[in-house]
Amino acid sequence: MQPPQGGKKEMSGDPSERGTILDIDGLKVSFRSKGRIVHAVNNVSFRLRKGETLCLVGESGCGKSVTALSVMGLLPRPPASFDHGQILFEGRDILSLSEKEMRALRGDRMAMIFQSPATSLNPLLTIGRQITEGLEKHQRLSRREATRSAMDFLAKVRIPDPKRVMNQFPHELSGGMCQRIMIAVALSSRPDLLIADEPTTALDVTIQAQILSILSEMQTESGTALLMITHDLGVVAEIADRVSVMYAGSIVEDAHVESLFTHPAHPYTIGLMRSMPQLHTAGVDGGQSRRRLDEIRGVVPHLSRIPAGCLFAPRCHWAVHRCREEAPPLTRVGEDHRAACWEAKKVQESIYV
Amino acid sequence: MNSVINPSHLKLRIRRLAAFLRVQPLILICSSMIAVFIMVALLSPWFTRDPIMANPLVRLTPPGTEYFFGTDGLGRDVFARTVQGTRVSLVVGFGVTILATLAGVVIGMLTGYFRFVDFWLMRVMDALMAIPGVLMAIALMTLFGASITNVIIAISIPEIPGIARLVRSIVLSLREQAYVKAAECIGTRLHGIMLRHILPNIVAPLIVQASYVFAGAVISEAILSFLGAGTPPEVASWGNMVAEGRLMFLVAPWVIFFPSAFLSAMVFIINILGDALRDTLDPRLAKELG
Amino acid sequence: MGLYVVKRVLMAIPVMAIVAVIVFSLLYLVPGDAASIIAGNFASPEDVERIRLQMGLDQSFMVQFYQWVTGMAGGDLGKSIFYDMPVTTLMMQRLGPTLSLAFGTILVAVIIALPAGCISAVYSGRFVDRATMLCSVLGFSMPVFVVGYILIYLFSFKLQWFPIQGYVAVAEGFGLWLRSIALPCMALGLVFSALIARITRATVVEVLAQDFIRTAHAKGLSPVVIMIRHTLRNAAVPIVTVIGVSFVMLIGGVVITESVFNIPGLGRLVVDAITQRDFPIIRAMLLIFSGVYLLINLIIDIIYTLIDPRIQY
Repeated sequence: MQPPQGGKKEMSGDPSERGTILDIDGLKVSFRSKGRIVHAVNNVSFRLRKGETLCLVGESGCGKSVTALSVMGLLPRPPASFDHGQILFEGRDILSLSEKEMRALRGDRMAMIFQSPATSLNPLLTIGRQITEGLEKHQRLSRREATRSAMDFLAKVRIPDPKRVMNQFPHELSGGMCQRIMIAVALSSRPDLLIADEPTTALDVTIQAQILSILSEMQTESGTALLMITHDLGVVAEIADRVSVMYAGSIVEDAHVESLFTHPAHPYTIGLMRSMPQLHTAGVDGGQSRRRLDEIRGVVPHLSRIPAGCLFAPRCHWAVHRCREEAPPLTRVGEDHRAACWEAKKVQESIYV
Repeated sequence: MNSVINPSHLKLRIRRLAAFLRVQPLILICSSMIAVFIMVALLSPWFTRDPIMANPLVRLTPPGTEYFFGTDGLGRDVFARTVQGTRVSLVVGFGVTILATLAGVVIGMLTGYFRFVDFWLMRVMDALMAIPGVLMAIALMTLFGASITNVIIAISIPEIPGIARLVRSIVLSLREQAYVKAAECIGTRLHGIMLRHILPNIVAPLIVQASYVFAGAVISEAILSFLGAGTPPEVASWGNMVAEGRLMFLVAPWVIFFPSAFLSAMVFIINILGDALRDTLDPRLAKELG
Repeated sequence: MGLYVVKRVLMAIPVMAIVAVIVFSLLYLVPGDAASIIAGNFASPEDVERIRLQMGLDQSFMVQFYQWVTGMAGGDLGKSIFYDMPVTTLMMQRLGPTLSLAFGTILVAVIIALPAGCISAVYSGRFVDRATMLCSVLGFSMPVFVVGYILIYLFSFKLQWFPIQGYVAVAEGFGLWLRSIALPCMALGLVFSALIARITRATVVEVLAQDFIRTAHAKGLSPVVIMIRHTLRNAAVPIVTVIGVSFVMLIGGVVITESVFNIPGLGRLVVDAITQRDFPIIRAMLLIFSGVYLLINLIIDIIYTLIDPRIQY
């Protein structure tokens, strides 16, 4: 069951580009409604290579989902508009593709799974139909072939008794089962890029681990690149190769996962880490080093009016005069590690995580 | 149910309505157009001819400067009759709205609050909903005789179940609200609870519903009169005019055009007003009905 | 499921009983002698007596009611005073035109309303949506007879595509039948489509905002497939409900349409019976219409289970 177009990896000519599936450069997305403009994404750039896992981290409303939906071409225009930048998928600028060309990519070369599995499946169609409809369209399989293929994928995502589940409806299944089915739907076309938008947020903690292990297993097997959107640093530690931290529509830190956890360089990243409960520290020292869970004080600026300077400055302990005047660019702060902070060096030195 | 609101929220809603009137002028426009209809109806004797005076010499005169809307088969002034019809429609509209709303609220409250009458009263409502309203109204009209009062009663009866059900559903969902239970617990008397907590919550959906009942009543009056079982034939109502003009409408279309146009315009304006009110007062209903 | 149907039928019994009481006592709500009311103002005393005997009005109310109900339950709908024929026979004669009109109307309404409602929902808030919904409000702001006369004036009188009035049975030729029924169905269908289009738009807007529609887009399905396979199926329950509930309005509409287009159907039968005070017909027909209404709503509840696997009784 090979995808019809072969040799897609060799397509791009430039050797340094080889293996890059997704290259987002200077993306700016805004929404217009009732005369107001909200700048949801300001200047996001990152690159995702074949087989790699990139986690996009940030709190709700920071633009991570908008970024993901932009890649999928799922933002309705209007109200969304792409003001700047490009999204290169396998070397093609997908922002310039027609809706029809995008439809050919979606569900075939790129796929997406969503936050709430129970509502993301159509309640009136059987599980089987929801997997086969994509296969029939993109791979031009017959109904029978598609059914067989769908059952294979259900088995791969460890669904017990795939044959029975094929004829069941979403309301008969648990949230964890539904999310596995969403993964099967997404991976059934063997995409080059899988976007997962908080796939474990709506699930029980025990199920979360299962889903993550299925995801990384499937990814290793198929060589799919994974763009994972999450606010949970636990998930990041579990699955990521690289991490991009987003705040108020921009990427503030971008690093290899180990580097990020050992040498965080942006105060916001540190804030995120501090606001995460750490069970092991409390347990090991018998509760002695138990500390208050820190919150990041203040609120995210409203994205309809972007103030000058660093957007995090009003909430930042380290902020200096310059931070309120001039927005810091993303600069190199270590091996494969960039941060958008004027005080990055100082921050990095003062922190022991 | 989100439609359930605290009494204090009603003030908020009214303030929002005031703000809406400024921002969204649709309610204002429709209300003033209805006001124009009312003015025309009230002042008609001073600027129109006698609507029932027949002048066979000028029968079937097309619209012109002498007779703005022409004359009908008996030589009566269509303009005067159309304006007269406005009166009938407004009286029937307001009458039905008030009567059906009052009856519906009382029945809805009773069924919502006193569980022992609920089953049978609601079955009666079901029965009234099942009997085709138009036929029921014609039957009542034929038996009781043609008069405007009887028209109002005959049209009101089929409208009652809808309002009763609406009120009942709101009362039932309110009964489950913590603050009503709390009021019951501290011994507030039953009718005290009803008046203080339930009436304010019913007002907004009821205003919306009432506007649709009004529109429906104007149409129903026309239909009954058209079928010869409505307003007495000597009174110029829009339905009567169409019924009388139907036999010659191919030669004298104006006889039925003007009453039809006024009728449709009035109902249209009220329906638009109802939609606008619903969008402001009752967001939940707005979502349900689009 | 079977149990549910039985339960629903049992629930319908008290409703039908109340309908029967209301319908039967209509005649007795009026002050005065029932027989002379039926006979009308110009009847001789002999006529009044004849009617009194024929209808059994000399007996007590309860006896009359009992006889009527047992007769109805046994399939005897009574005998018309005016035509001196069994109501069943009269009803069968008039059934064809009314069924043609009713089904034609629903067909026209659905054909117009579903696409209009869907387009309106997809472009919600834009000009197309506002224009469609304005037309929709205008549609149900006009009484059927107004729409009917506009259509007659345009298509029968000016363009002469259709006969002005009258009904031709299917037996006399399919083409003739279709031509005679086309305009009435259009007139009533337009009014109904206004109602259905509105509810279609509202539900489709709601369904389109759901997560699984985004999933369907993420699969790269075409908008038409998404609309038909994913959206309309999910919007079907409220739309079907409206069609069922508006059956009573359909009956009302049929009565007027038959009158405008001079179609000898059930509606005309009842209206004529009312003006002739032919009580056996009025009672039987009102009871039958109510029964059909309850039956249609039961059928719709059963259709729900076919549409939505989550609904189980």
